[in-house]
Amino acid sequence: MKRTPLYESHLSLKAKMVEFAGWEMPLQYEGITEEVLAVRKNVAVFDVSHMGEIFIEGKDTIGFVDFLLTNSFAPLKVGQVMYTTMCNENGGIIDDLLVYKLGENRAMLVVNASNTEKDFRWILSRVSTYDVNVSDCSSQYGLIAIQGPTSGEFLRKFVPDVTTLPYYTFSSYMIFGKSCMISRTGYTGEDGFEIYCKWNDTPLVWDELLWRGEAFGIKPAGLGARDICRLEASYMLYGNDIDEDTTPLEAGLSWVVKFEKDFIGKEKLLKQKENGVQKRIRGLEVLDRRIPRHGMEVFKEGKKIGVVTSGTFSPTLDKSIALAMVDSQVKIGDELEVEVRGTKIKAKVVKLPFYKGSVKSL
Amino acid sequence: MKKYAKTHEWVVADGKIATVGITNHAQDKLGDVVYVDLPQVGKTVKKGEAMMSIESVKAASDVYAPVSGRVVAVNEKLNSQPELVNKDPEGEGWLVKVEMTSESELNELLNEEEYKKLCEEEG
Repeated sequence: MKRTPLYESHLSLKAKMVEFAGWEMPLQYEGITEEVLAVRKNVAVFDVSHMGEIFIEGKDTIGFVDFLLTNSFAPLKVGQVMYTTMCNENGGIIDDLLVYKLGENRAMLVVNASNTEKDFRWILSRVSTYDVNVSDCSSQYGLIAIQGPTSGEFLRKFVPDVTTLPYYTFSSYMIFGKSCMISRTGYTGEDGFEIYCKWNDTPLVWDELLWRGEAFGIKPAGLGARDICRLEASYMLYGNDIDEDTTPLEAGLSWVVKFEKDFIGKEKLLKQKENGVQKRIRGLEVLDRRIPRHGMEVFKEGKKIGVVTSGTFSPTLDKSIALAMVDSQVKIGDELEVEVRGTKIKAKVVKLPFYKGSVKSL
Repeated sequence: MKKYAKTHEWVVADGKIATVGITNHAQDKLGDVVYVDLPQVGKTVKKGEAMMSIESVKAASDVYAPVSGRVVAVNEKLNSQPELVNKDPEGEGWLVKVEMTSESELNELLNEEEYKKLCEEEG
């Protein structure tokens, strides 16, 4: 199993470790609920070094990246970040990712750990006549996410002008004597930053943040808290909510599909847009503390109309929430049922996101 | 005397009545409990078979009956305070009381020392 540069730190913090996408990752330290609370009320740090970084460089970078991704890259200025999906010819989602415009002819794609190799092969296979160089630099960079309403106030102590970064932008900085790149991004629904540092510098940055943050109440948080936070904020999780059999339109991600340009999958997606989707992701609130989980069936008036893609108990909202891929006829306010281990429990279709935190808007 | 099942339940018997819960080791593995699906009072349970489930933020897990019999009481407090299973699993966080059909089943369970060893082996 692969290990991040922070593996030893997790062990010394007595984290419970689990396998995730081939990586040995911290599931939790003190407890998932407390870690979620730290993210929502104060600040927490996550090790997300398992994420992949794929660089695309060369004179056709803009054209090639725009051909690969459904969102529009060309309008981005150097220093901007964009969320997007990358689709196959059928419009199925190969991955969802962030793209950083590093330079006029340089881009960095930050991809899901579970998909790094697949994405890299896919991108290479599509280069054709584009004049670009593609490299997988995932093993060179560690990544630390600092998330929470007070994350700016905290990080400013060590990186004085970091709070001038607008949402979804990045810049180069020094932190604890190490060079790094920091973006104002995250996966929790709270204001926050992601620090890309050299693989070998990552433990020093992590340790410094934790001990200097002790008085500030900073906590390390694991994958358990990360999953709850992202679900409360209604961010998709690849492999659970979306996959190659799901299109961005079905996932409620039509805002990252730009039909005014050419990209892989455009034809199929355009057709789907014209005909309307058959199914789409909806948010469910459960009137019970039982938790609908991935794969459980969803019913409306006794008829099966979909399946749960993600579910959790939300400590922030004090109720169970879920995302489900359901028949597109299902409307907000509808009363549905989820079959949880033989018992049908009531659920209501609600508007997403379930929870809106301190995250800045674009 | 407290006895333990290999499936991480504890039992304390008082005459024919056995109080059952999950062990501290089990609650630690389970993580934060959010829902305890208690059985109906009167339900017949059979040693080694699932009698109820506990839902934590991580997963739903079955709780197995360490002894056979009939459920005569459930810990109603857990309906509003499921976190008691984490805070005090071997005290206030007890789950059910079972009227045993065969007290000799208790002899098949582990004692504290044997149970500790099992936990160490499982890690």
